[in-house]
Amino acid sequence: MTPAVRLVLSHFWVAVAAFGVGAMMAVMQALARAGVELPFGTANLYYLSVTAHGVLLALVFTTFFIMALGYLVVETTLGRIAGPSWAWAGFWLASIGTVITTVAILSGTSTVLYTFYPPLLAHPAFYIGATLLVVGSWVWCGVMIASFVSWRRANRGTRPPLAAHGMLTAVIIWILATAGLAVEVVILILPWSVGLVDRIDPIVARTYFWWFGHPLTYFWLVPAYVLWYTMIPRVAGGKLFSDALTRVVFIQFILFSTPVGFHHQFTDPGIAGGWKLLHTFTTYAIMFPSLVTAFTVTASLEYAGRARGGAGTFGWIGKLPWSDPFFSSVALSMVTFALGGFGGAINAAYAMNAMIHNTAWVQGHFHLTVGTAVTLSFMGFSYWMLPRVTGRALVWPRVASVQPYLWFIGMQFFSIPSHIAGLMGMPRRVYTGEFHGIEAAQAWIPLVNISAVGGVILFVSAMCWVGVLAGTMFVMPRGATRPIEYAEPMVAPPDGASLWDRLGLWTAVAIVLIIIAYAQPLYHLHTMARFPSRGFSPF
Amino acid sequence: MQVDRYERYWMWAASGMLALFLVAIVVTAVSGGAHPPSHVETINPETLDIGTEFATPGVVTAPDGSLTVVMRAELYVFKPDVVRLPVGRPVRFRITTPDVLHGFQIVGTNVNLTVAPGYVSEGTTTFTEPGEYLVVCNEYCGLGHHNMYSRIVVEAAP
Ligand code: HEM
Ligand SMILES: [Cu+2]
Ligand SMILES: [Cu+2]
Repeated sequence: MTPAVRLVLSHFWVAVAAFGVGAMMAVMQALARAGVELPFGTANLYYLSVTAHGVLLALVFTTFFIMALGYLVVETTLGRIAGPSWAWAGFWLASIGTVITTVAILSGTSTVLYTFYPPLLAHPAFYIGATLLVVGSWVWCGVMIASFVSWRRANRGTRPPLAAHGMLTAVIIWILATAGLAVEVVILILPWSVGLVDRIDPIVARTYFWWFGHPLTYFWLVPAYVLWYTMIPRVAGGKLFSDALTRVVFIQFILFSTPVGFHHQFTDPGIAGGWKLLHTFTTYAIMFPSLVTAFTVTASLEYAGRARGGAGTFGWIGKLPWSDPFFSSVALSMVTFALGGFGGAINAAYAMNAMIHNTAWVQGHFHLTVGTAVTLSFMGFSYWMLPRVTGRALVWPRVASVQPYLWFIGMQFFSIPSHIAGLMGMPRRVYTGEFHGIEAAQAWIPLVNISAVGGVILFVSAMCWVGVLAGTMFVMPRGATRPIEYAEPMVAPPDGASLWDRLGLWTAVAIVLIIIAYAQPLYHLHTMARFPSRGFSPF
Repeated sequence: MQVDRYERYWMWAASGMLALFLVAIVVTAVSGGAHPPSHVETINPETLDIGTEFATPGVVTAPDGSLTVVMRAELYVFKPDVVRLPVGRPVRFRITTPDVLHGFQIVGTNVNLTVAPGYVSEGTTTFTEPGEYLVVCNEYCGLGHHNMYSRIVVEAAP
């Protein structure tokens, strides 16, 4: 195993382990809400479990997986990982941070959910662990950037490989995002959680949280798009439709993923309507690159289907390799993301948001987007990557072929009823939807029960994934490794870097947009007469 | 940059769709006053009981006849826990909390507010149907979060 592969796989296995634990919590939650008698079913454990599930899946699984993918991409496209010892330091920091936060959650002293909105106050270890996780990911950002800069020095004027361009986009988004998180956690929360400061302003803290929270979702999505654009066309037997346009898409994510956070705070007091409207505009702008992606990737797949002999308007679809789990995962992710994106357009609608904000709709929404479009793409990629870098064939290829379909079906069962229950007014994050038998709440119960069925299907699928990966690693003999190959563009892009390769320039523009979106409202929040709050730990 | 013809059409269509969404939002915001709740007012959460309107939550009828419901959200209750209102009249809700974040969502209406200590949230609605409305807390506030609800009874005009 080469040092680079060891680095990639170390991150990868932490991601898989976090996923496995998070998925077990998930199925218990889904069953508990449906009123299934579990020996450990208490409100206390429910909210503890939701905290662990959110942290382990949305923060730990995604971050470690993306770090693994980032290292793999720079190693295989740029031929280098600059500063491997730094990379290991980052890995250990992030891992130790994960352990500390997880222990804090499991101890029952930090049941604040993964959004940890003050003045809910967790044990300081919860925040310290989370900080270490983020600092570890910053080291990853540094190594990624150093690798890219070193490559560019040696290849002046050459167009950077598309996959590296995409992963660097994710790095930049992450740095812009975590700047807000750092202010919230390091400046506002940590001193307060250890008692150095008495009080904290919840709306100010939330504003920094959502400065982070929205680009966080693009930090998840962009790496999935890297798989869709730079690998899937080749896996399907075709080529990438447009290399040049893909770069523009990535740059748009850098520009618009951060100045949008108020769309999570539409219902908040203390923030004037005009700023919420401005963030609505940027929110709709960020839908554009995803719409372009839908075209480009679908066109690439059509090209592949026709190259495989498909004819007619839809004939090419059947010719695609539907039993290849990487392909089917991404194809099903795309379908799911179309549904999730539609919901997103509703969530983002300035006034319509009041209909669904913090209802079960939202939980349906993000299980379609991050819980499927991103997660399922990562699952499929794992089946493709692991045999290549280790030389071990997949243990149960049949199981691997079926697993993405199971996830897709389970998720429809889980999410569609959640959306409907949300429209009927059921709140999210509730241990039970019964509300003491109040009549208005009775209609939610069958929906919660259907989504529990979805939860069980999802759990089976999750265990298939973890099982196939672990089995491959521990049971299968090592053979010859194979290279990680990327899709060729249909039209070779012109030589030389273009305006759309100037990542530094676009980052500067993005910072200007963030200042426009946030400077005035934050200034106003910080300077108006406020009454910050002491901490509460009602758990 | 060379962009395929169909892709160009698609990009125009996508831009058109997004522009349409935005126009719809701006038009309803400007002409219909469809804004999210964005009230800006602060209050000391530790002294709500000392001479503020939140010391005695309930329905207040102004001299001009307009209705305001003053409410408090507290770890796991809304005060008052039953509110009686007439049908067909605009009602303004004013709500705050002495402890953590809560949500204030009247199921079946467009009232959906974040309630934060230190801030007063406002929302308005008109109940067009008599009946009993469920109010739920939709922001996690602690282990009793799922028990936090109240009722609004809307009575037909006499
Ligand atoms: C194994 C399949 C899964 C099942 C059965 C499942 C089920 C659930 C349930 C029942 C909740 C609690 C909902 C509530 O009370 O509001 C939840 C919350 C959540 N899930 Fe999942 N989930 C699964 C996979 C995932 C994945 C893969 C991700 C992301 C990568 C994810 C991210 C989240 C997040 C961020 C929350 C919100 C936690 C919060 O509200 O604090 N889930 N999930
Ligand atoms: Cu967002
Ligand atoms: Cu609550």
